[in-house]
Amino acid sequence: MRAKNIILVIGIPFSLWLINHFISNPSIFSPYILQIIVLMGINAILAVSWDFISGVTGQFSIGQAGFMAIGAYSSAFLTLKYKVPFLPAILFALILSAIAGFIVGIPTLRLRGDYLAIATLGFGEIVRVAILNMPSLGGATGLKGIPIYSSFFSVYLALAITLWFCLALLKSQPGRILLSIREDEIASQMMGIDVVKYKVFAFTFSAALAGLAGALYAHWTSLVHPDSFSFMKSIEIILMGVLGGMGTIYGPAVGGMLITLLPEGLRLLLEQNPLLYQNKDFVRMLFFAILLLFFIILRPQGIFGKREAKG
Amino acid sequence: MSLFFQQLINGLAWGGIYALIAIGYTMVYGIMQLINFAHGDVFMAGAFAGYVIAQLLPDKSSLPSVILVFLSAMLFSTFLGILIERLGYRSLWKKNAPRLSLLIVAVAISLLLENVGLMIFGAAPRSFPSIIPSRSFSLGSISFTNIQVIVILSSLVLMVALQLIVMRTKMGRAMRAVAEDSEMSALLGIPRERILSFTFALGSALAGVAGVMVAIYTPQINPLMGILPGLKAFVSAVLGGIGSIPGAMLGGFVLGEAETLVSAYISSSYRDLLAFLILIFVLLFLPSGLLGKGVAEKL
Amino acid sequence: MKKLIIYSLVFFVIVGILLTGCGKKTEERNIKIGVILPLTGQLSTFGQSVRKGVELALEEVNREGGVLGKKVELIIEDDESKTDTAQTVVTKLLTKDRVPLIIGEVISSITLAVAPLCQRYKVPLITPSATNADVTRTGDYIFRTCFIDDFQGSALARFAIESLKAKRAGILKDVKSDYSIGLASAFAKTFKEMGGEVVNEQAYAAGDTDFRTQLTSIKASNPDIIFIPGYYNEVGLIIRQARELSIKANLLGGDGWDSPRVLEIAGASAEGTYYGTHFSPLEKSPQVQEFVSVFKQKYNEEPDALAALGYDTLKLVCSAIKRAGTTEGQKVRDELAQTKNFAGVTGEITIDENRNARKPLVILKIEKGKPTYFISIKP
Repeated sequence: MRAKNIILVIGIPFSLWLINHFISNPSIFSPYILQIIVLMGINAILAVSWDFISGVTGQFSIGQAGFMAIGAYSSAFLTLKYKVPFLPAILFALILSAIAGFIVGIPTLRLRGDYLAIATLGFGEIVRVAILNMPSLGGATGLKGIPIYSSFFSVYLALAITLWFCLALLKSQPGRILLSIREDEIASQMMGIDVVKYKVFAFTFSAALAGLAGALYAHWTSLVHPDSFSFMKSIEIILMGVLGGMGTIYGPAVGGMLITLLPEGLRLLLEQNPLLYQNKDFVRMLFFAILLLFFIILRPQGIFGKREAKG
Repeated sequence: MSLFFQQLINGLAWGGIYALIAIGYTMVYGIMQLINFAHGDVFMAGAFAGYVIAQLLPDKSSLPSVILVFLSAMLFSTFLGILIERLGYRSLWKKNAPRLSLLIVAVAISLLLENVGLMIFGAAPRSFPSIIPSRSFSLGSISFTNIQVIVILSSLVLMVALQLIVMRTKMGRAMRAVAEDSEMSALLGIPRERILSFTFALGSALAGVAGVMVAIYTPQINPLMGILPGLKAFVSAVLGGIGSIPGAMLGGFVLGEAETLVSAYISSSYRDLLAFLILIFVLLFLPSGLLGKGVAEKL
Repeated sequence: MKKLIIYSLVFFVIVGILLTGCGKKTEERNIKIGVILPLTGQLSTFGQSVRKGVELALEEVNREGGVLGKKVELIIEDDESKTDTAQTVVTKLLTKDRVPLIIGEVISSITLAVAPLCQRYKVPLITPSATNADVTRTGDYIFRTCFIDDFQGSALARFAIESLKAKRAGILKDVKSDYSIGLASAFAKTFKEMGGEVVNEQAYAAGDTDFRTQLTSIKASNPDIIFIPGYYNEVGLIIRQARELSIKANLLGGDGWDSPRVLEIAGASAEGTYYGTHFSPLEKSPQVQEFVSVFKQKYNEEPDALAALGYDTLKLVCSAIKRAGTTEGQKVRDELAQTKNFAGVTGEITIDENRNARKPLVILKIEKGKPTYFISIKP
């Protein structure tokens, strides 16, 4: 078991690093495809972050884009204005979005279910509008010219660490407690679990992950824009999680990749048909909506989830 | 001072519109504890239904065609509301599915409606034909238009009518009973499903009218026009006390005025922030809203 | 776990199929020029107009035998008036189609977002109409064939003071667009320098539909002119709502107004408003008249400024490629930078050391439901 772990710890980063050399060379590998692959990794992290709070802990969040925005903007601000290196900037983004998650987590003391959902939605919008009104963050026109520090290597290393950490956590005692809160909050409380503490922890952790994804995103596209973190982005993240299978961690990661790949696939497919091609964005969203309805009504466990016993 | 009153009038029209949409949110929430995210898009659909009919009419600004536009918008959104309830929510509601699933369905339906709208009408905004030619009036230094007056008055009339339906008719009494205790009312022989459909129909009809009002007032429509007013109307419903119909009306007017005053005296860029700040404040410190009654969590 | 492996395999096979589909290469018989425009979405009339102009120019270029003995081919991409889409699409143009040169974007905010990409790949980007000053500051591969907002704003302020005798200005700007913010500040600067006073400055965000609150505040400070540096959808509504609130002040705007949609939305309220733009089809010069008649023949409508700019831009680009004798990025860039006194329908184009064009501003007045030529302001 130990040997296997050591192989993983050394082997995964090393192989990622090797692939990175090959994949980042524009004369060998198409940058257009690299762009898609990297965005797939970033969205996978986002989907996992949502799954952690909503799928595992059962607290429905519609504000994940807000945490992502905090991570993206805070790290971009540091690297752009103060020339801070990438790693400290990411750490800062993680901490700041974790604090935001902590602050949002506190209302969970009082709110449940859809009220909580609405509060997270409100939070996401508040973050967006607040950024719109901050000239030092570029206001409505966004921050431009952010140094491109993210790469295939950093994104997929972050994804690997995220997956490993979340899966390990799920098997540990705190992870089991989070699951028990999802299944029955009142019963968990009766068992003597400090429900509030764990819910706030889950929120903080999930926000930090979303912030990480945001930081990677900002340093990949080199441009952040308040509109990139709108309500629709949060919805897209939910779709990734539901599609992959809520509560499974790896399911949403694959869901995130699929949802990212889908529009590009559609673009290729629709290129033949000018009328549909003109509407490709709507076709994509329509497809998303139908997919979401299909999964939630007919296969609520997603692609990877296990069917639950009737309660 | 006249500036202040002028701004109040500007806010009143939006207040009425928010109130009309908020009623639909609050009624549905009262019965099935669901935030019907698709409601804002029903509002949008009403505006587009009115648009299509107005395009077809030869004499756009005669009284019969104005009535026809409003009626068709109401009918279409009523139909849409019932359709959403039947196909989207009912099976899950009957199965007692987790509220999370219902919420996701609501989000999906909202996406569906928006993108169907985008495919049919495109993303570029369209001008709504002026079925009521706007005329300005001045009262001292305050000026207002006939459209503002129509929007405010007709929203008030509709609210009174709704209140009568809910308080005085048999259907209304049944609605209140189901909202009070859904299972008990079913045991007493009230057809819960029919009441649910009726609630959706009523809320959607009001949203449809509100859609046409906004379309005439601004006068511009686009398939995403329902998102923000929808969210804000929901905030109005929470502010007034979710589940309470007079609360939704009050919340709508309070929010409309508050937004206008913020953008008049602080900055228009903070207008959209206000609604969500109010939302979080109310959720944390005044969970039963202005007119709602506190309800203990049922075990 | 087995399930996971199977699903992952299926997933990667799908990815593989999709990705290999992208790799096909066509033979380079033609010179391909990338064009990125907002053909759908919020600002679609701009994109459609430029497209008409560019395609008309393309026909003429190819009829005259193309460039360097090859036919010119356009790869026109739509960015839906959205920054994010624009970045994806430009990346595709740069890396999948490997175009030697890109024409676009129309809107300053979007051009600012894609310019760094073109700079990084050393592919020249020529925008027909992004007037924000920062656009060409991105790098030495970014050009434009129109004037910049510093000039436009100050010329409009001069016009307001000298021709309209304005002293008190209200400003209503769009905080979501770089264009609007830049133009508003250039206007305010000159207006104040020339002895005017900016009495009230209000803001809105693109996509808003109700401007009554802001207009009411502006009205209360009693300006004799209101400057509205926005894009046509909002501008149309603003004009209409301003007149409904019985605001009597003159309304003035920039080239963002140049769309038939303004008149469509504002209707009779637009009567007597002024705006500055790049081109008027009523100009007397034979070159302009010929362009207008050819354009009318093809599209059955009068060209607007954006169509004219699109037309000029493709012609200018083709002439630069001809002079360079190759489509190699570096050489084409150098030739573009050397452009002097290029006779376009929107005036003589000389690219200055900051890669901007110096051109006159044409002021149009809306009279009897049509924009009519009012005055021209030289730089």
